[in-house]
Amino acid sequence: MKSYLPARFKVERDETRCIMCLACVSQCSYETHYLDEEEGKVMSRDERCVNCHRCVVFCPTRAITIHKNPLEYRDNYNWRAENIEDVIRQAESGGMLLTGMGNDKPYRIYWDHMVLNASQVTNPSIDPLREPMELRTYIGAKPDRLEVDPAIQVVKTKLPPQVPIELPVMFSAMSYGAISLTACETLARAATEMGTLYNTGEGGLHRKLYKYGKNTIVQVASGRFGVHSEYLDAGAMVEIKIGQGAKPGIGGHLPGEKVSAEVSMTRMIPTGTDALSPAPQHDIYSIEDLSQLIFALKEATNYTKPVGVKIAAVHNAAAIASGMVRAGADYIVLDGIRGATGAAPKIIRDNVGIPIEVALAAVDTRLRQEGIRQRASVVIAGGIRNSGDVTKAIALGADAVYIGTAALVAMGCCVCQHCHTGKCPWGIATTDPRLQKRINPEIVSERLANLLRGWSHEIKDMLGGMGINAVESLRGNRLHLRAVGLTETEMKVLGVEQAGA
Amino acid sequence: MKRVFPREEHCVACHLCEVFCRVQHSQSKDIIKAHKRESPAPLAGIKVEEKGALSFALNCRHCEEPYCVYACLTGAMRQDPQTGVVTVDATRCVGCWTCILACPYGAIVRDEANHRVHKCDLCPGLSEPACVANCPNGALVYREKAHA
Repeated sequence: MKSYLPARFKVERDETRCIMCLACVSQCSYETHYLDEEEGKVMSRDERCVNCHRCVVFCPTRAITIHKNPLEYRDNYNWRAENIEDVIRQAESGGMLLTGMGNDKPYRIYWDHMVLNASQVTNPSIDPLREPMELRTYIGAKPDRLEVDPAIQVVKTKLPPQVPIELPVMFSAMSYGAISLTACETLARAATEMGTLYNTGEGGLHRKLYKYGKNTIVQVASGRFGVHSEYLDAGAMVEIKIGQGAKPGIGGHLPGEKVSAEVSMTRMIPTGTDALSPAPQHDIYSIEDLSQLIFALKEATNYTKPVGVKIAAVHNAAAIASGMVRAGADYIVLDGIRGATGAAPKIIRDNVGIPIEVALAAVDTRLRQEGIRQRASVVIAGGIRNSGDVTKAIALGADAVYIGTAALVAMGCCVCQHCHTGKCPWGIATTDPRLQKRINPEIVSERLANLLRGWSHEIKDMLGGMGINAVESLRGNRLHLRAVGLTETEMKVLGVEQAGA
Repeated sequence: MKRVFPREEHCVACHLCEVFCRVQHSQSKDIIKAHKRESPAPLAGIKVEEKGALSFALNCRHCEEPYCVYACLTGAMRQDPQTGVVTVDATRCVGCWTCILACPYGAIVRDEANHRVHKCDLCPGLSEPACVANCPNGALVYREKAHA
């Protein structure tokens, strides 16, 4: 069928700078660039370009620029290019439209409508360069009260398992299979170096990565891929995945061609078969069922590790979260509408779920009202871009945040949204042996650790500015937030006052 | 002595080692002029070998027992007795290519324009060779032994 789709991008090559080294040709996994020997020129097939910037970065003379294709449609607010082209694409394929990464639609980003406080005159700010500043966070259920033996001044209460992280930022669940083994190892190394945790996602844990176990969250998802006692024992925490922000309510599908021998061993499924994660966990149809799985996992790990539950942020998140905490979760994860993925139906990614800021505020408020907030740590995910977002999330009530996209961007990702093709030119969302070499964990983990280092300095600076010397003291302290440009209702849900009021 | 070692598990076959080797061994040391203007064109002493997912950059091993030096008819190919670096004296090379036959690694390059040979000289004067310094993925290392 002839395609009616125009090219999205135009590759511009400055011929006065092109030295015909063919780095662009070798690096583009979409075969956009080619050498035309007859013309003696490197040429581009614009329609293949996804604007991933691999060639731009690798061109040693910076000869390549990529533009949006300026081709216009007749102005129509309802029928914009994306709407028209999605219809064309479906008319040609007859299938669901797949995409990667997170929701790119202009839903309000509440982080950008909340501002942080700082101390002036009446209370001193703290200089983190001169005074100690504490970012360490403990993930796990906290006891309702602490009993201290007054005679010997020792805490008598037995604490539930706690896992310390040196800054309130962890790497979110990205499975081996969805991302390359080298990308998994990069996350593991950076987490180890920075004293935080990364998450296996539902892809099991490759043998090579067991040594990073202390910094690993092992996930148990609906497909139960690669879950066995050794796997559970390997991690620092266990996470039950109910849902994911990018695709609430639906399962996962790792196509058979990505199930290589290594992926097959790790996931414990035959090579070349599709890895289908069902939409629900088939043994969980109620909070009581969830409780059974939580305690089965606690039993399996001998009550030594926090067991958490992750859901996509949806309309009734607050009530569901209350149920999760009461079911025995030591930490809960909320993944908002901007949460990313390796592959999801575009229609789901762009239309299902709620923004993480409101979900977090609603859940934190609800757990406080019910007097059970201390019974679980609250971790949020989905669209955290910088340390400002992290700090605002903590003030809104989170214990810690997960970053996925931000971590991948530090590793080279340009958010081109083509993860689902399995051809990631940066070697991240691929299991192609030729492509996954492009991530050298030794050097790429340093980029990732640097990102966390930078954020950690910034969070300390923001805390110091507020006159706070421990991240614990900011948690749920919404008085440090003020709203700019929000409606009364939004401010009420967020529990934040109008700036200046 | 320090040598350049390839790490095939990290080589992404971008061939930038070759590009920066040519620049380093050009007259102008300017990447665009070296490739577009200079005549004869500068040559690279390193070459990426690839087959499917396997790729690595190969350059002169600077062997302790340099067969190329033993084979050289004119004394153009020599091993520095102090540093152990094997270099070719372009003024003495007659382009008989006996060294190319003798090299067990295929690391010596034919300079057909000048009818002589060209090879890696480990970039004298640089703290590390240009190929190593410009490898974007840590696939070339400059050290005493292959494995640290």
